[in-house]
Amino acid sequence: MINVMEYLDITAEKYPDKVAFCGNSSELNLSLTFRQLRENSRRIASRILSDGFYKEPIVVFMEKSPYAVAANFAAVYSGNLYVTIEREMPRHRIEMIFENLKPRAVICEESTYDLLPDLPNAKTYLYSEAALTEIDESAENALAGVRERAIDTDPVYIVFTSGSTGIPKGITASHRSVIDYIENLSGILGVDDTTVFGNQAPLYVDACLKEVYTTIRNGATSYLISRETFMFPVKLVEFLNSRKINTICWVSSALSMIAGFKTFDTIIPEYLRTVAFGSELFPVKNLNIWKTALPNTRFINLYGPTEATGMSCYYEVNRDFDDSDNSTRIPIGHAFRNTEILLLDKDDNVITADSNTGEAGEICIRGSCLSLGYYNDFAKTAEFFTQNPTVKSYPDLIYRTGDLGSYNDYGELVFHSRKDYQIKHMGYRIELPEIETAACRNEQTALACCIYDNEKGKLILFYTGTCSASELTKYLKVNLPRYMLPNRIIALDEMPFTPNGKIDRVMLYNKYSGS
Amino acid sequence: MEQLLKILQDLHSDIDFDSHTALIDDAVLDSFDIVTIVAEVNENFDVQIPADKIVPENFNSAAALLRLIESLDD
Repeated sequence: MINVMEYLDITAEKYPDKVAFCGNSSELNLSLTFRQLRENSRRIASRILSDGFYKEPIVVFMEKSPYAVAANFAAVYSGNLYVTIEREMPRHRIEMIFENLKPRAVICEESTYDLLPDLPNAKTYLYSEAALTEIDESAENALAGVRERAIDTDPVYIVFTSGSTGIPKGITASHRSVIDYIENLSGILGVDDTTVFGNQAPLYVDACLKEVYTTIRNGATSYLISRETFMFPVKLVEFLNSRKINTICWVSSALSMIAGFKTFDTIIPEYLRTVAFGSELFPVKNLNIWKTALPNTRFINLYGPTEATGMSCYYEVNRDFDDSDNSTRIPIGHAFRNTEILLLDKDDNVITADSNTGEAGEICIRGSCLSLGYYNDFAKTAEFFTQNPTVKSYPDLIYRTGDLGSYNDYGELVFHSRKDYQIKHMGYRIELPEIETAACRNEQTALACCIYDNEKGKLILFYTGTCSASELTKYLKVNLPRYMLPNRIIALDEMPFTPNGKIDRVMLYNKYSGS
Repeated sequence: MEQLLKILQDLHSDIDFDSHTALIDDAVLDSFDIVTIVAEVNENFDVQIPADKIVPENFNSAAALLRLIESLDD
């Protein structure tokens, strides 16, 4: 397997009329079979090819729907790479992403067309129109040519994540890394043609690969559940039951929400056989609520950074965890097949599982799962994708996650904390300095410092300046993605500093927790 | 009502919660907010909003939410 398009080619042949993807909100309640998905992708791809785009980022600016998946694959079939953008991203962020990409082609739809920033040199395709393109003989030849020239280290997509300087980082994955991930994830989740996914993640984060690619590889079906459905827990579970959804891979906060709202007093998911969670800590208390409600369901904790394409470690819950002790953590377990985790101490010595010291180290990852790095940023790529310190004689890359972990008594890896100011909030990865930078771009803000209350899952922004908290809120609403908006904004007369001149985060934290 | 408005105002200081009656339909509130509101209401009003009451109708306005809280209080 060289290119992810082969997944769709094979499955469209084997299950042509089976539904691949289906939306759930009233307007988007549309579906695509595998044959339709492939056909639409190839039609749009032939348009892109006839306009001469090749190995370029194609921006897909559409609603979360089966059509957006087809647009992604249009980029793939045309030998390009896709970058998914959604309307919930604030305009300023979209502009920063475009500044990095300088895209020459965008696929959008009627509802997103007017939201596009000015792109004088870019070609814009309307999905509904491009999907009607007739594939003639020369287009067939062009599509076949793309396939013949494909190399598995070619890029397939770019996912943008929070960057500490305020500029989003574009993580670029290759066909090799995606295939490596999907082959192994399919086995871990036990995906086959009877699997029905309920997808939660937006299509612009790599978390959606779990459903999108395993569905296409295995001839499964995915319901793309709208964000709104996740607001109302009983409706959400009713939806799972009505569609006989049997597999979910959700951020822990979504599972926590259902547990915290005591949803299972009212309704129980009837068909779930596999529940995977991850992207952030899942409190044991909430896991136990789920386990009690669904005693015959498999629960799997997944861990991995976007830089190593999707997930890198997994732990299938196979014993009871005591929730009377708040510090109990569900392990992240062991590396995926064909992936190695190196736990490195501060001198780059390897901490082994059987050393039994419980010593913490940085989680570093090696294998085909590594992405290609940060788009248009060789310096940052070289900083985080470095030579494996245990290999002295030939090039061997590892990705340094910045996550600290250790091995427990079972020899399983356990995640502890971050080396820096990156946090996970509602499953999203956020660099706290990005929020501070955004707040300081407001002319009436002097200084800003953002802290995270892990226990309550809240972002707290402290600032000094002449604007009111509500003015700053308004400003941030148009400059930050929704998930980065502080839950509380607190004005200070003066920012506290440590003796060496840094903002005193500890004092701010105490101030907040005392208030 | 004042206490409830304070909770809502803390989330969106730019919205007039006194008069808004389509908080869900107009997508003012999202899933992040619902989680926070339910947690804050449960804590501050010493009630337990059951899952089957977490529906759009009860969150479209501050008044509807207050009615819900009062019905739980009895």
